[in-house]
Amino acid sequence: MPSQLQSRLAPHPHEAVLDPPAIVLEGVTRAYRERGGGAVRALQEVSLHAANGELLAVVGPSGCGKTTLLELICGLQAPDSGTLSSAAAVLMPQRDLLLPWLSAVENAALAPRISGLTRGQARRHAEGLFAELGLHGFEDSRPGELSGGMRQRVAFLRTLLSGKPVLCLDEPFGALDAITRAEMQAWLAQALAREPRTVVLVTHDVEEAVLLADRLVVLSARPGRVVGELDVRLPRPRVRTDAGVVGLRERALALLHDGARGAGTGVGAGAGE
Amino acid sequence: MSRRLPASPPAQRRRGLPRRLAAVLPPALLVLALLGIWELYVDAGSASSFVLPAPHSIASALWNNAGFLAANLAPTAEEVVLGIALALALGFALAVAVHFSPVLRRAVYPLAIGSQAVPIAVIAPLLVFWWGFGVFPKLVVIVLICFFPVLVTTVDGLAAVDPDQLKLLRTLGASRWQAFRLAELPAALPAALSGARIALAVGVIGAYIAESQTATTAVHAGLGHEINADLTALQTPRAYAAAVVLFAFAIVCFNALALAEHRLAPWARQPRGDTR
Repeated sequence: MPSQLQSRLAPHPHEAVLDPPAIVLEGVTRAYRERGGGAVRALQEVSLHAANGELLAVVGPSGCGKTTLLELICGLQAPDSGTLSSAAAVLMPQRDLLLPWLSAVENAALAPRISGLTRGQARRHAEGLFAELGLHGFEDSRPGELSGGMRQRVAFLRTLLSGKPVLCLDEPFGALDAITRAEMQAWLAQALAREPRTVVLVTHDVEEAVLLADRLVVLSARPGRVVGELDVRLPRPRVRTDAGVVGLRERALALLHDGARGAGTGVGAGAGE
Repeated sequence: MSRRLPASPPAQRRRGLPRRLAAVLPPALLVLALLGIWELYVDAGSASSFVLPAPHSIASALWNNAGFLAANLAPTAEEVVLGIALALALGFALAVAVHFSPVLRRAVYPLAIGSQAVPIAVIAPLLVFWWGFGVFPKLVVIVLICFFPVLVTTVDGLAAVDPDQLKLLRTLGASRWQAFRLAELPAALPAALSGARIALAVGVIGAYIAESQTATTAVHAGLGHEINADLTALQTPRAYAAAVVLFAFAIVCFNALALAEHRLAPWARQPRGDTR
C-alpha cells in the first residue's frame, strides 16, 4: 500500500510537494444567523490542509465549530469568506444514524446501492469488508440488535464504502464507554491500515487524537480559530502510556487551554520526540 | 441513564397459557361485571326493554338472527375495509405531496381540516345524486371521515426523520428521491399505520353514518341500515345485537391492522440500541 507507507513514513506529510493536498482551507470564516437575528460566528479565518492519506485530527472545546468545519469540507455548507478545496468527502456523523429497517450489511452498503447497484450486488460489495473488519456473523442483524461499538463499526464501513477519498469523522466514539472506545480506536487504526484514506477526525479527546493522528490541529473556543498545530511523529501502534504519547497529549492540552482562554494565537509546529 | 437490574419483571417471565390468561382475564372480568350490572338494572324495571334491552334478550336476538346479521355484516364490512384502504392510500398520497411542497401544504391543510367539520347529511344527497344507491357513495363518506388521521400522522412521520440523516444520505450521494425512498418512506410507514388504526375506530361509525345517510336498494343493506330500521320498528334487542356485531368487527379489524403493522414494520417494535 504505497500511499499509506508514504503518509506514515514521510517526515513531514505537508512537505510532500509532488502530491497535491487533499484538503486546503485558506482563511475560512463561517457564521450562522440565529433565530433572534444575531449572527454566531462558528469559524474565523481558519486555514488548514491535509495531505493525501494523512490522518488529521481536529481538537477543540465543545462548540468550537468542529462540526461546521466537517460540513464545509463535505460540501454541505459553503464558507462565508475564504477558499476551500477538497477531494470528494463523506461524513460520518456523531450518531451512527443507521436505518433501523435495514440490516447491518445493507446499512453498510447504502452508498453502493445509491450509486445504482442492486440490493444483492451492493450486499456482496460490503460482505468482504464485514468479515475482514471483525463484523462477520452480524451481516443480517438489525441495528437495534447491535451494541454501540458494533453500530459505530457498521457506520464506519458505510462511510468507507462510499468510495470517496476523504472521510470526515465527527467524534465517532464520543458516545461510547471508555473500554469500547479504546477498542474502537485500535480497530479504526487497523481498518485504516487496510483501507488507507485521507481522514479528518474531529474529537474533543486529545488522547484519541494523539493515538490516531499524523497531525493535530487545535481550535479555540467559538469562534473557532486555529491556535496550534502538532505533528505526531510516533511509531504505530501507539500505546497511551508511552512517553511520546503522554508528552504530546500534554502539549495539546496546553494549547487547548490557551485557546479556551482566548489567549494563544501562535501557531506552534511541534514534533514528538 | 438509569441502570436496571437484570431480572425481568414478572409479567415478562410468564410463558404460555398463564400469560395468555393474564392478558384475557382482566377485560373479560370487566365485561362480565358490566353485563351483570346492566342485567340487574333492566330486571329491576328501571328502563323499558324498548329503551334498553337486557343482555340476555340481546344474546337471544343475536342467536336467533345470526344469519340475518351475518348477511348484513357483509356489505358493511366491505365498506369499512375498502373505505379504510382508500383512506390510507389517499391520506398517504396527500401527506407525501404536502411533505414535498410547502405551497400544497398551505393549500391542502385548511381544506382537509375543514372537511372534517362538514356534516355528512349536508353532502349526502349530492353523493346519491352523483353516484346512486351503490357502494361507492358510502365509500366516499368513509374516506372523507377516515383520511384525515392518516394524513396527519403520516405528515408527522415524514417530518420526524432526523435532518442529520438526510445530510448523511446526501454526502453518500443520494438524490432527493433516493433519500425519500430509503429514509423518509419507511419512517412514515408505522406512522401511517397508526393513523389507519385511528381511522378504523372512526371508520365503523363512518359506515353507519354512510348507510344512514344514503339509501340502498340491496336486499341486505348493511348493519347501519338495519339498526335504524329496527329502532324505528321497536325491535330494540336486534338493533343492540347488530351493534354487538359491529363492536366485535371493529376489534377484529383493529387487531388485524396491528398484525399488519408488526409484519410491515417489524423494526418499530424492536428495542433501540442507541443508549447501549
